[in-house]
Amino acid sequence: MKLYDYVLSGNCFKVRLFLKFLDVTCDLEPVDFFPGCEHKSPTFLQVNPLGQLPVLEDGNLRLYDSQAILIYLARKYDSSGQWYPVNDPETLGRVAQWTAFADGITATSSAARLHDVLGYNLDIKAARAGAQTLFRVLEDHLAHQEFNDQHWLAGSQPTIADIACFPYTALAGDGGIETFIFPAIERWLCRFSMLPGFHNMPGMNYFT
Amino acid sequence: MTMPTHLDPFTHAQWYALGRDEDFPDGRKTQTRLLSQDLTVLRRGRTIEVTLPQGQPRPTQHRYGHVWTTFSDTPRALYDIPEFEEVERRLITAGAVHVRCSGLRAVENFLDMAHFPFVHTGILGVEEHAEVEKYDVSMDVERDEIWATNCMFFQPVAAATAKAGGTTKYKYRLPHPYSVILYKTCPPRPGEWDLIGLFIQPTEEDVCIVHSFVLVFDQDNTDTELLHFQQNIFLQDRIILENQIPRRLPLDMRLEIPTRADASSIAFRRWLKANGVTWSTVRAGDME
Ligand SMILES: N[C@@H](CCC(=O)N[C@@H](CS)C(=O)NCC(=O)O)C(=O)O
Ligand SMILES: [Fe+2]
Repeated sequence: MKLYDYVLSGNCFKVRLFLKFLDVTCDLEPVDFFPGCEHKSPTFLQVNPLGQLPVLEDGNLRLYDSQAILIYLARKYDSSGQWYPVNDPETLGRVAQWTAFADGITATSSAARLHDVLGYNLDIKAARAGAQTLFRVLEDHLAHQEFNDQHWLAGSQPTIADIACFPYTALAGDGGIETFIFPAIERWLCRFSMLPGFHNMPGMNYFT
Repeated sequence: MTMPTHLDPFTHAQWYALGRDEDFPDGRKTQTRLLSQDLTVLRRGRTIEVTLPQGQPRPTQHRYGHVWTTFSDTPRALYDIPEFEEVERRLITAGAVHVRCSGLRAVENFLDMAHFPFVHTGILGVEEHAEVEKYDVSMDVERDEIWATNCMFFQPVAAATAKAGGTTKYKYRLPHPYSVILYKTCPPRPGEWDLIGLFIQPTEEDVCIVHSFVLVFDQDNTDTELLHFQQNIFLQDRIILENQIPRRLPLDMRLEIPTRADASSIAFRRWLKANGVTWSTVRAGDME
């Protein structure tokens, strides 16, 4: 199995972290996302026509979209069914909803980080405002979950939805977005960082 | 040209890196900042033009994979790095990383080995070997630069080429207030040094852009593997840098208690003071 990877990408990190949780090994194919912009090169566009990371290859399968990759890995390697609970329709529905939500966090919080850290030229105000809107929704949901003794996005167990939403929420500060005003988010990030096998990526400093 | 308040002559007299040669594509204007002033960079064919807002041109030079400019008409010469002439070395430029702190803070953090076990845990240090051994600090009077030598540190993965943990030897060179170069044991070639350095572009007194490079003997790793190694390390530093208070560098040692490990940073602050540097430092009467 091979992962096209960039060390500073939160979407690549979620795949690397899940592989670690599952104790599955995978080769990494490092891509010069910055400063080389290799993901937009003709060669890489053959791998992923969207010009995005991550991409996973396993035998004849080639998958892009980190959420799709998490689903594939969960179904293939998690025999417990905890991370992607296919036999529980309600939970599964919530997993799908929060997994989709992750892409909005990428589009806003990750964009703000690319602007602030790597100097990307984009509408920083819109990116931060968009992230804040999503974090307010996430905050309300997590506070509500806690009230019902459910400590994770889709229920009482962590799922791929938590993995999907974690990186660019944890890295919001890199993009100049404060998360201390969202206490339920902060508590959820902290719980997540205590999952066995968790490690930081640059920009995170959870106690491990 | 009018100088921003607090811009001291020594800071004003330096050459500064604005980016890698390939960051300025032909015919496209790039806006950037240096010492709180706007600059435009434009490549036309093989020449690079750097201009101030009213169109006044500034001199440029291409060195060490980067484009450099200065605001001074009598600049302090850009230092030599003879290792760039050695043909077997590979140069990897890691691109421009923006950091919300004084560029002087970024230099100082780079000098500080004590942070390795806590910030680069499992790579450049481990918590069980957190002790910084005594090392030497000297001044090269002729070139007006500082060297820290005979530095030793236990590292689990000193470089992308390292196969096992071991004690790494280091030297640090400070030839410029906004440049720092480290020399470290080269795992595949005992007796040689690998270079890693920062060319910092101070955009504001409390914001900088860090251009970094790796200049190594390495036949095992691809350029992209070396790039990822370097970016991973530097982005670990970045959160530490962004959390420093105040964001500008205090030159008055009474403000931050030095320990033995800080010998090189004490020398750096003294050297800045001796050269009259005030830009990007904490000044008397500041309430940050
Ligand atoms: N839905 C995709 C989004 C991937 C994505 O945005 N990846 C970033 C790197 S973290 C990227 O490649 N961006 C380049 C681009 O979108 O042009 C996923 O979750 O994998
Ligand atoms: Fe560091």
